[in-house]
Amino acid sequence: MDRTPISTHIILIIGAVFMTLPVWVAFATSTHAPETILREGLQFWPGGHFFETYNEVLFVEGGVMKKVTAMTMLKNSMILGIGFAIGKVIISMLAAYAIVYFRFRLGVPLFWIIFMTLLLPLEVRIIPSYEVVANMGLLDTHTGLIIPLIASATGTFFFRQFFKSVPDELLEAARLDGATAWGFFIDILVPLSKTMIAAILIIMFVVGWNQYLWPLIMTTQEDNYTLVIGIKQIYQVLNEGGELPQFQKAFALTILATLPPVLVVLIFQKWFVKGLVESEK
Amino acid sequence: MAQVELKQVRKTYPNGAEAIFGVDMKIDDGELIVFVGPSGCGKSTLLRMVAGLESVTSGEILIGDRLINDVSPSERDVAMVFQNYALYPHMSVRGNMSYGLKNRKMPADEIERRIVDAAKMLKIDQFLDRQPNQLSGGQRQRVAMGRAIVRNPQVFLFDEPLSNLDAKLRVQMRIEIKRLQRRMNVTSIYVTHDQTEAMTLADRLAVINEGQVEQMGAPMELYSNPRTLFVASFIGAPQINLIPVSFDGTHLVNGDLKLAGFSDLPQGTELVLGVRPDVLRVDAGGQFGMNVDLVEQHGGENLIYGSLGGTTTDAGEPLEICLKAAQAMLPAIDDQLTLGFDPDTAFIFRKDTGERLK
Repeated sequence: MDRTPISTHIILIIGAVFMTLPVWVAFATSTHAPETILREGLQFWPGGHFFETYNEVLFVEGGVMKKVTAMTMLKNSMILGIGFAIGKVIISMLAAYAIVYFRFRLGVPLFWIIFMTLLLPLEVRIIPSYEVVANMGLLDTHTGLIIPLIASATGTFFFRQFFKSVPDELLEAARLDGATAWGFFIDILVPLSKTMIAAILIIMFVVGWNQYLWPLIMTTQEDNYTLVIGIKQIYQVLNEGGELPQFQKAFALTILATLPPVLVVLIFQKWFVKGLVESEK
Repeated sequence: MAQVELKQVRKTYPNGAEAIFGVDMKIDDGELIVFVGPSGCGKSTLLRMVAGLESVTSGEILIGDRLINDVSPSERDVAMVFQNYALYPHMSVRGNMSYGLKNRKMPADEIERRIVDAAKMLKIDQFLDRQPNQLSGGQRQRVAMGRAIVRNPQVFLFDEPLSNLDAKLRVQMRIEIKRLQRRMNVTSIYVTHDQTEAMTLADRLAVINEGQVEQMGAPMELYSNPRTLFVASFIGAPQINLIPVSFDGTHLVNGDLKLAGFSDLPQGTELVLGVRPDVLRVDAGGQFGMNVDLVEQHGGENLIYGSLGGTTTDAGEPLEICLKAAQAMLPAIDDQLTLGFDPDTAFIFRKDTGERLK
């Protein structure tokens, strides 16, 4: 086998440094005292205030109303991320199951309508969605935060493609074996889609975790904030408060906000890749 | 166990394509019927209609005395073995075999007893806890059969179950299927395009062509007494020699070839003479002159191919014929052989309708 040319390594290293350096700077800066940051700017080496900063961010209540900690926000983000991911998988699997396995009028056009909504970003329907949720009295609730987001054209499309690749004979064998429509779905299709489900769960968890606009307009109480919103809030406080700007806290929150998606991807990477490339059935 | 009866069964697809044109058939209790025909002839469609996987456009299908046109596949009491096995890939062998029984709410100890029995019969008892992807093709096919057997159905349906296996395994499994079917004595329908498989397995076989049953009967009857040109050409390996001829009142004529010994045939219409390779023999007084161009040695016998003297096809080449000869007969290329046959063993068909005249 040929040895990889050195230039390939250099390009990869430059790329990796380029991607990770900002994260490193954010982490290093978050471990310094606010005075140091103000005086000397961004830091490239960790300082001595790691425990102090992270303790304060995680457990001391802050924000405009001084009543939200990063722990609460982490919890809210978790609920949003997980609820969002699970909801999307369930809804899109059921939708794809109906589209692929049931012959009903307008099935194909309906699929393409769902597919076309891929083209529309959330922002297009955010006002009507807000109106509906507000009228249902679901503002400031986890239900209201998650439900309007879980319909998923992407997920439906992926599952549709996957189901189409499952041989028809499996369905026929199951029919002869006396499986009901639910039976076939639960006993055969869901286990077959395991890796696919894992891949979509991971993607959707990250997408849900990073939601910004929707949680921002949906939540008014500080204890319903997610981490991503929390970061923004901290900056506002910094600017208005007249106290010393707490940059180290903002950086610490950023690091905290990156951790869970990174961990999820690292831990489930194997499944994730398998789900995207697997063709053996 | 039960008999199966098809009455004027037709199938027309929603797009107007007609697949089956009125099939009548009666399959006796415990009989193994083979549907054989070229691909696209409708044999699989017919089988799938019995299974309930395709709807019946008109006509009636009865299993026992029960009309099953509108009965769901699982309640027809049939079990099917698919060409690509259709095992559930995520379930163990045991899981695959028990799935249908669990859906029928059978008690667990009864399920286990049936699985163990079937597994022993099929010699897959040491694989019960393996996943299908850890098994070879032949073992998977056994599992697929096991899944059918544990159901203890009234009818077995086989949809080209051996096509995915290699040649040696195919012969082995063929014998095993036959034995198993004898032993269990369950009415079976077996679909194949392989005429050897059809001949060797069937109690009776149904030759299907373009959505119709051309002829149905015991394998040897179809071989020695085909009703149509299609049946004669489809059944038998090597294929029957077909020689286009016309009748001039005394002889069958093709170019310079004149065959005596035939009478009472229509004149002025195109005919086809069919002579099986195994009724041809070397005969100094024979009527065929053959120029050998290929000898295939099959071990116990030789197949000798050559051109038939005096004849021409539309392309201007002489007709190719085949002779089945004993192991000892080994002519060289370009040897001239004189062949003869007993006119009583030959068939004569009308070319336009395929109908057999003699």
